[in-house]
Amino acid sequence: MSDRQTLRDWLLTETPTSRRHAKLSALYHGWLTFRSNSMAMLGLAILVALVLTALFAPLLAPLDPFEQNLSQRLLPLGAENHLFGTDSLGRDILSRLIYGARITLYIVALVALIAPIVGLLVGTVSGYVGGWIDTVLMRVTDIFLAFPRLVLALAFVAALGAGIENAVIAISLTAWPPYARIARAETLTIRSSDYISAIKLQGAGPLRIITKHIWPLCISSLIVRVTLDMAGIILAAAGLGFLGLGAQPPSPEWGAMISEGRRFILDHWWVATMPGLAIFTVSLAFNLLGDGLRDVLDPKAGD
Amino acid sequence: MKMLEVKALNVWFGAGRDRVDAVKGANFTVEEGESFGLVGESGSGKSTILRAISGLAPQWSGGINVNGMSLGRRRPNAFYKTVQMVFQDPYASLHPRHSVDQVLGETLYLHGFRDIDARVVRLLDDVGLGQKFRFRYPHQLSGGQRQRVAIARALAPEPKLLLLDEPTSALDVSVQAEVLNLLADLRADHGLTYLMVSHDLSVVSHVCDRLAVMKDGEIVEVMDVAALRQMRATHPYSQQLLQASI
Repeated sequence: MSDRQTLRDWLLTETPTSRRHAKLSALYHGWLTFRSNSMAMLGLAILVALVLTALFAPLLAPLDPFEQNLSQRLLPLGAENHLFGTDSLGRDILSRLIYGARITLYIVALVALIAPIVGLLVGTVSGYVGGWIDTVLMRVTDIFLAFPRLVLALAFVAALGAGIENAVIAISLTAWPPYARIARAETLTIRSSDYISAIKLQGAGPLRIITKHIWPLCISSLIVRVTLDMAGIILAAAGLGFLGLGAQPPSPEWGAMISEGRRFILDHWWVATMPGLAIFTVSLAFNLLGDGLRDVLDPKAGD
Repeated sequence: MKMLEVKALNVWFGAGRDRVDAVKGANFTVEEGESFGLVGESGSGKSTILRAISGLAPQWSGGINVNGMSLGRRRPNAFYKTVQMVFQDPYASLHPRHSVDQVLGETLYLHGFRDIDARVVRLLDDVGLGQKFRFRYPHQLSGGQRQRVAIARALAPEPKLLLLDEPTSALDVSVQAEVLNLLADLRADHGLTYLMVSHDLSVVSHVCDRLAVMKDGEIVEVMDVAALRQMRATHPYSQQLLQASI
């Protein structure tokens, strides 16, 4: 028997011998489920490629994304060493897309950190404690939900000032209410279950019950929801950029690039289409990933 | 000595017009070391009595004394060290994301034990599960194995009184017998007192010394198992129940 096979057997055993072994085994089982979903693997591959692109942007980009050359403006696809053509100021679109991956990842990471965590806190506390705290928190959530998302984000950006960081904060502030609703709904079903009653009978307090028993069960559905929402978040950031309230020129943010290309869309379609395709690809990848994660993370699906 | 004394216990859910009286004026006592059964059909309030004793049903009036402690709204930590509960459905009473080791370890930690590893090993041996089950997750266990884990969790704080809420009704018949024998052995080994709820008279007559028959939230008759075996019930409803179970 080769080494590889024994490692696999060790991971797939029904009788783990230590805490670490059990954790690794559970992780490996999850990975096997995920791997059997080829579309989710495609999404993961695209996102890994995006991360690598962002990390090694200076090595990958053929040209400086900020270098203008007015004699070479609006060159079509494949024109002399501009694979994706050039924009209205003669900048190489491919290089700008590669550097734009950094901005996209930055937005995605920040929003993914802020919105679900705020939503999880508000939702689980609201659902578990109940009473007037529940009422107050849910009415605040309702108020946030009553505004159209982009309009509320616009108001925040107007108050905080234009810029990518403020756009991220504005998007996060408008994105948390759905997560709070999901977390609350999950908490309401979990808190009346027997295993929560059982831990109450061991004298556990609300803090321990929420953080150690309710959060692990809410987080999986939140992660799935975040990956499915990621497309919307990227589009909202692009929308703010498009309206001139997100990333400021000459930053190569994909939404801002579309906004610039809009003026030439009839004669020079690629200027807006290439960043559009990039947004589309990344959004699709997040959706595919979210679909695969749902299969892995659903605690009821355990075999 | 009396382990459990329930006096004029009323339990209700909801308020105002939605109020439902689940238990009405229940009286019974359970002696130390005794095994007492609560029998009745679905909705007769037998599980509600257990939930009121354990503090999971907050709206109740009357008196509950456990091991000389008179209980109020809030249960002190000493109460949870004296009284533990085993739930009906082993598929719902274990956290789906916690391994057996986590379940027992956290329970022991909450009760202030520090030699957790040694105690987890001993608890698993006590309920007849080997060490190979220690790091498994609930979905890797059968119903009977899960119920054994739930029993081990209830035994972890070394309680004196165990509340058993139909501990075998969700299990196959052959597994039921195993779990009932385990419960009988544990009672003998640890000197436990049982308060067991069941709708199955044969289960009750196997495990219990005395039993109370409940109907519509009231206890209609308290008798001992010898009387049950000889079909000497006095109340018409108990007689009906006995006839139905033959």
